[in-house]
Amino acid sequence: MCLAVPGEILSIDESNPVIRNARVNFGGVVKEVSLAMTPEATVGQYVLIHAGLALGVIDEEEANQIIEDFNTIAELNQAEGAQP
Amino acid sequence: MKFVDEFRDRGKAQQLAEAIRHAVTRPHTLMEICGGQTHAIVKFGVDELLPPEITLVHGPGCPVCVTPVELVDKAIALAQRNDVIFCSFGDMARVPGSRLDLLGVKAAGGDVRIVYSPLDAVKLARKFPEKEVIFFAIGFETTAPANALAVYQAHELQIENFSILASHVLVPPAMEAILSAEQCRVTGFLAAGHVCTVMGCTQYEPIARKYGVPIVVTGFEPVDILRGILGCVQQLEQGRAEVTNAYARAVTHDGNHAAQRLIDTVFEVTGRKWRGLGEIPNSGLGLRPEFHAFDAERRFGLSTITAEESTECISGAILQGLRKPAECPAFGTRCTPETPLGAPMVSNEGACAAYYRYRRHVTP
Repeated sequence: MCLAVPGEILSIDESNPVIRNARVNFGGVVKEVSLAMTPEATVGQYVLIHAGLALGVIDEEEANQIIEDFNTIAELNQAEGAQP
Repeated sequence: MKFVDEFRDRGKAQQLAEAIRHAVTRPHTLMEICGGQTHAIVKFGVDELLPPEITLVHGPGCPVCVTPVELVDKAIALAQRNDVIFCSFGDMARVPGSRLDLLGVKAAGGDVRIVYSPLDAVKLARKFPEKEVIFFAIGFETTAPANALAVYQAHELQIENFSILASHVLVPPAMEAILSAEQCRVTGFLAAGHVCTVMGCTQYEPIARKYGVPIVVTGFEPVDILRGILGCVQQLEQGRAEVTNAYARAVTHDGNHAAQRLIDTVFEVTGRKWRGLGEIPNSGLGLRPEFHAFDAERRFGLSTITAEESTECISGAILQGLRKPAECPAFGTRCTPETPLGAPMVSNEGACAAYYRYRRHVTP
């Protein structure tokens, strides 16, 4: 129920802010969803969609940071593993 | 899929599991709040990567599971009316009421439709002005903005044949109910990431302080869940009880202001009955008086319908993390997804359905 799926915004219909429908690409499947609760979202960004509504824009920097952090984790694991 | 595949990476998951093994020195019992997290844990075997000191218990965050049977009976009564198109999310349609389920109503000729979004139900109301279109508005804070937006759109567009049967619940009061129970063994929480996408992290700070439990906002992919567990274990080992965010790509400290404003415009906090947990004060949302015209319970006078939960289903203990599905004598025998005794066996997020689907080979 509380699952939300990330999708890339392809186009936005700005004619009514209460509706603010957009076409969003979910890994090849394109669906119409509402961006009424993410007025800041723009074409090309990834949004998290739940029940046909975008709940937030995905922070790409934060996502990349996690992947980079794995280098540190690997080093720490090695250091810990080296101890008796 | 971008932002999904890289967080399902086996190598990264194993690195995190190793970091958790290094961090842990004593037993900890962590509860993941959300049923979506439960399913990911069981499906990907996240629990099997963990050291024996860590026990994961599954929380109440499955809106289908906690919706009381009384409300299912009300939905069925509405769906049986000739003038009604009754719309629901898919897994709610198979939850047994006192005598039948919504799919049974559909089989008997009722107009029951499975929709992906409450906004689709609003579209149906515009398309069929001669019908009453009712949406079964269940959910936690994650779903509240979509349900609020459906009501708000109907209000703004003057769609008078749309209403909702609301069963909205809130996470923080449920956490307090679990932590206040005498038999509670939870020492740390993985908070439900998408609830926090909407509401932010601040609501959990008083709970972390009051009960001395770490609360880590956690996502839904295996790498996200393991990062949440690592954060929780590090706090427990260091004697800290803080709210931290392990899902920053989707959650900000303050959450989504536009969504919070809309929820507050349409809904007000009210008491709710939870399956398995009973009545919890201030634990849900109901429509504000300005939007009572969209309240199906008022429009169709359903207040006289009452019902008691099945005595055989142990969903109460399951939803509080006191029992595991395989400990139920009916699990996999008298209770299966095809013939469920209770909601946790039906919903995609129910703990019983997760264990039935992915762990039937494991004996209790």
